[in-house]
Amino acid sequence: MKGTLSNVPIAKELDIVGARQTGRNIATELGFSSVDQARIATAISELARNIYLYAKKGEITFQQVEGVAPVGLKIIAKDNGPGIKDISKSMIDGYSTSGGLGAGLPGVKRLMDDFDIMSSDEGTTIHVIKWLR
Amino acid sequence: MEKRLRNIILGHSDQIIKNWLVKLDDNKVTEYGSTISQEAIEQTNREFVNVIFSNIENNGESNDLQEFSEKIVNLGWPLGYLTEGMQAFRSVAIRTILEDIGETKNNEEFLSIMEGVNDWVDPIKNRLINEYSSNWTNIVSLQKVALQELSAPLIPVMEGITVMPLVGTIDTDRAKLIMENLLNGVIKNNAEVVLIDITGVPVVDTMVAHHIIQAAEAVRLVGSQCILVGIRPEIAQTIVNLGIDLRNFPTKSSLQKGFRTALEMTGAKVVSESESEGDEIENILNSIEKE
Ligand SMILES: Nc1ncnc2c1ncn2[C@@H]1O[C@H](COP(=O)(O)OP(=O)(O)O)[C@@H](O)[C@H]1O
Ligand SMILES: [Mg+2]
Repeated sequence: MKGTLSNVPIAKELDIVGARQTGRNIATELGFSSVDQARIATAISELARNIYLYAKKGEITFQQVEGVAPVGLKIIAKDNGPGIKDISKSMIDGYSTSGGLGAGLPGVKRLMDDFDIMSSDEGTTIHVIKWLR
Repeated sequence: MEKRLRNIILGHSDQIIKNWLVKLDDNKVTEYGSTISQEAIEQTNREFVNVIFSNIENNGESNDLQEFSEKIVNLGWPLGYLTEGMQAFRSVAIRTILEDIGETKNNEEFLSIMEGVNDWVDPIKNRLINEYSSNWTNIVSLQKVALQELSAPLIPVMEGITVMPLVGTIDTDRAKLIMENLLNGVIKNNAEVVLIDITGVPVVDTMVAHHIIQAAEAVRLVGSQCILVGIRPEIAQTIVNLGIDLRNFPTKSSLQKGFRTALEMTGAKVVSESESEGDEIENILNSIEKE
């Protein structure tokens, strides 16, 4: 396996479960520990739910990558929604525009190894990677 | 006469199908499926007209009516799609017959054509409606049962202590149900302590955590206490990574430990027999070793 492994569209709440399931299966196949599987599944849940809540539609892409470790799982959450007004605020624990816990984005950053976020009024793209160690 | 009408309709099937599809567009039957692709609607329309024709050919003795109704239910389309479709078919069929036999000589003949067409359109329509509604009722009642069984059961274990074991994914709808059941149950069972067991919840993300925190808070407002139990090691890790603060109410790794805490909280006496048993066994082992 190399490159893009799977692509899951997010449009309804049930799709979040589908994305999580796909991610967990891939993580298991790549050999991640059960704790890392749980971290990956949780990160997917946060990213997919943000798409569903704030952008309505988008997609989650799974890629196998190489870098600081020979095997890594890269997850790309992409949408064409309204974008994040203030990215640095959104990374602060407790910041939420929807009355949520506001721990999603900062939490994902801690759950994963690499975290990249791009957002404009044309949408949001978040790249995260977990390295297999 | 009946046979003659039937032959005209079967003989002009291509034209009838074409006119019928046009009429469906005119009637805006397709509006029902605004979220569905035009292609899927057209395909379903074609299937619909094929089902009608196969019923005319086989004198109403084919099972595809049932299958087609079931499909419409599963697609989530309204009953009106079927009834308006049959309505459109009736008028197209009558028009085609009248055009085929040319000038009608009298009203009598016109009426008998109408009746002839109704005689086989209505049974098809009725069967579609019946199948649709029985399918629908069936699905709804199955879902209700499944939902109530799975969602948020509340088990009064003993006086003052109730357990709510949660199994499976928690989405927004289920979270609401959990909250309702929890509050109703706490009041009904007069529970002092509720153990929420999340052993069977695959992922605890911030939304699930948020709902649990809110539920615990609500339980506190009605004068009871929540203990969160069944926190698997990997879930504990992710909760910590997410930075979720669960310090406001007690958490325990297992249901057993939570239950012991609940007993203490309700003031019940904990008489541990296992310890004295353990002592006895140890004594026996010791005495054997000495021999
Ligand atoms: N894909 C997205 N599109 C637009 N806004 C987003 C997106 N993801 C996050 N946000 C914004 O960032 C905020 C913080 O997100 P998050 O940390 O997940 O907390 P929460 O979802 O609980 O509010 C959200 O309240 C929302 O305003
Ligand atoms: Mg979020």
